[in-house]
Amino acid sequence: MMLDGLAHIGSRVRLGLEALGVSARTFFDLVIATGSLWRRPRLVSDQVHFIGNYSLVIIAVSGLFVGFVLGLQGYYTLNKYGSEQALGLLVALSLIRELGPVVTALLFAGRAGTSLTAEIGLMKATEQLSAMEMMAVDPMRRVLAPRFLAGVIAMPVLAAIFSAVGVLGGYIVGVRLIGVDEGAFWSQMQSGVDVWADVANGVIKSAVFGVAVTYIALYEGYCAAPTPEGVARATTRTVVIGSLMVLWLDFLLTALMFS
Amino acid sequence: MPNLVDIHDLHFGYGDRPILSGLTMQFPRGKVIAIMGGSGSGKTTVLRLIGGQLRAQSGSVSVDGQEVSSLSLDGLYRMRRRMGMLFQHGALFTDLSVFDNVAFPLRENTSLPEEMIRDLVLLKLHAVGLSNAASLKPAEISGGMARRVALARAVALDPQLIMYDEPFAGLDPISMGVIANLIRKLNDALGSTTILVSHDVHESFMIADYVYFLSQGRIVAHGTPADMMASDDPYVKQFVHAQADGPVPFHYPGRSIAEQLGLAGRS
Repeated sequence: MMLDGLAHIGSRVRLGLEALGVSARTFFDLVIATGSLWRRPRLVSDQVHFIGNYSLVIIAVSGLFVGFVLGLQGYYTLNKYGSEQALGLLVALSLIRELGPVVTALLFAGRAGTSLTAEIGLMKATEQLSAMEMMAVDPMRRVLAPRFLAGVIAMPVLAAIFSAVGVLGGYIVGVRLIGVDEGAFWSQMQSGVDVWADVANGVIKSAVFGVAVTYIALYEGYCAAPTPEGVARATTRTVVIGSLMVLWLDFLLTALMFS
Repeated sequence: MPNLVDIHDLHFGYGDRPILSGLTMQFPRGKVIAIMGGSGSGKTTVLRLIGGQLRAQSGSVSVDGQEVSSLSLDGLYRMRRRMGMLFQHGALFTDLSVFDNVAFPLRENTSLPEEMIRDLVLLKLHAVGLSNAASLKPAEISGGMARRVALARAVALDPQLIMYDEPFAGLDPISMGVIANLIRKLNDALGSTTILVSHDVHESFMIADYVYFLSQGRIVAHGTPADMMASDDPYVKQFVHAQADGPVPFHYPGRSIAEQLGLAGRS
C-alpha cells in the first residue's frame, strides 16, 4: 500500500518534470524561431494589430475606472494628513510601478491570451497545423513566433495606455470633481516620477509579463488535446496559470527592482 | 522505373499498442493506389509515416529512394515540397480566403512574383471548378467545395506524390463523384503518383489501379479492384458488400448479453 503511494508520487513528479522539460524546450524553439522574423516583419505587425485590438478597449476602460478609484481613495487618505496635493504623484506611481503592468497583464491573459490559445488549439484540432507541416512550413515559425513577438511588443504599449488613461481618470476625479489644485497635481507627478526607476522598471515588468502570458497562451494551445474539451481546458489553464505567473513574477521583479 | 514509395516490413505502435505490423507495400509511379479498411485499421497512420510526421519503430519507408526516417528536418521539408496531402476535413486555414489558401504553399515555398502566383492559383482553382469562388472564406463554401479547394492547395506545387486521407468522407453523392474524377484526372495530368486512403468502395474502385486492404494494422488482401470484387477472402467480401457481420464482428467483444443481464446459468 505504502509502496503504491510512493510509486504514485514518483510517477506524478516524473510527469511534472517531463512537462517542465517539454515546456522549456518549446520556449527555446520559439525564441530561436522568432530570430527568423526580421525577414517577414509584416507577419509580426499584423499580429501586433490583431492582439492589440483584442485588448485595447477593455484595457482603456479598465484603466479609466482604476484611475477613478485611485483618485477617490487617494484623496480620502491623503486628505487626512493634509497632503492632497500629492494625489497626482500617488496615482501616477501606483499605475506606472504596479497597477499598469499587472492589471494589463491580467486583462491581456483573459482577453488576448484565451483568444490565442483557442485559435492555436482549434488550428491543431482541425489539422491546420499538420497541413502546414505537410506543406513544408514550420508552424512554430509561421504561426507561433509572430504571435509571441507581437504579444511581447503589445504588452508594454497596452500597459502604457492603461497607465495614461488611469492618470486621466485620477485627474478627472481628483481635480475636476473634488477640486484638488491642478498645478500641484501635475507638478508633484512631474517631480516625483523618475524615468529610470519608475517608468523603465514598469516597462521592463510589462515586457516580462508579455513574454510569460503570451508564451503560456501559445504553449497551452499548441499542446491542447485536439478535441473541443481539450481546447476548453487549455483556455482555462491559460487564464489560471497566466494570472498566477503574472502575480508571482510581479512579486519577484518588485523585490529585485525596488528593494 | 523503381517505385516512388516503398514500404518494407513496417512496424509502428504507440507504446506497447501495435498499430501497424509487418506492412510491405509498393506504390509505382503514375498509379492511383487505394489503401482501404475500416476505421482504426491504421490507414491514416501509413500516410503520416510516408509524410514523415511519424517515425517507424522498425522496417523502412522510402520515398523516391530516400529513407524517410533517416532524413533531417530540412531534408524532410525538402521532400514534403514534392508532396501534396489532402486532409480528411480539408484543413483549410479558416482566416484566409479560398485564393490565399491555395496561394499559401506557393508564397511560403517559392519566390515567384505575386502576378505569377495569382495566375497559378486561378488555374488551380479553375481545374477544380472554383475560380469564381476565389474571394470567399472557407466558412462561406460547402463541404464539397472546401474539399475541392483543399485539393487545389494540395496540387499547388505540382507534387510528385499526392496523398488523400478520406477525401469522400461526409460528402453527398454528386460531390463524391466530382472529387473521385478530379483525383484521377489530376494524377494523370500532373504525372503524379496518388495514394488514396478511403473506406468508400464504389468511388475508390472506380479510380484506383491497385488496392491494399488493411485490417488491424495488417494487409489482409491486395490486388486490382476487379480482383477485390471477385475475392473470396471473408474480410474483403464483408467490406466490399457492406455486410453487417463477418470477420469484423457486429458486437464489441466481451460478455454476452445474457451474462450482462444476469441470466447466465438460469434455465
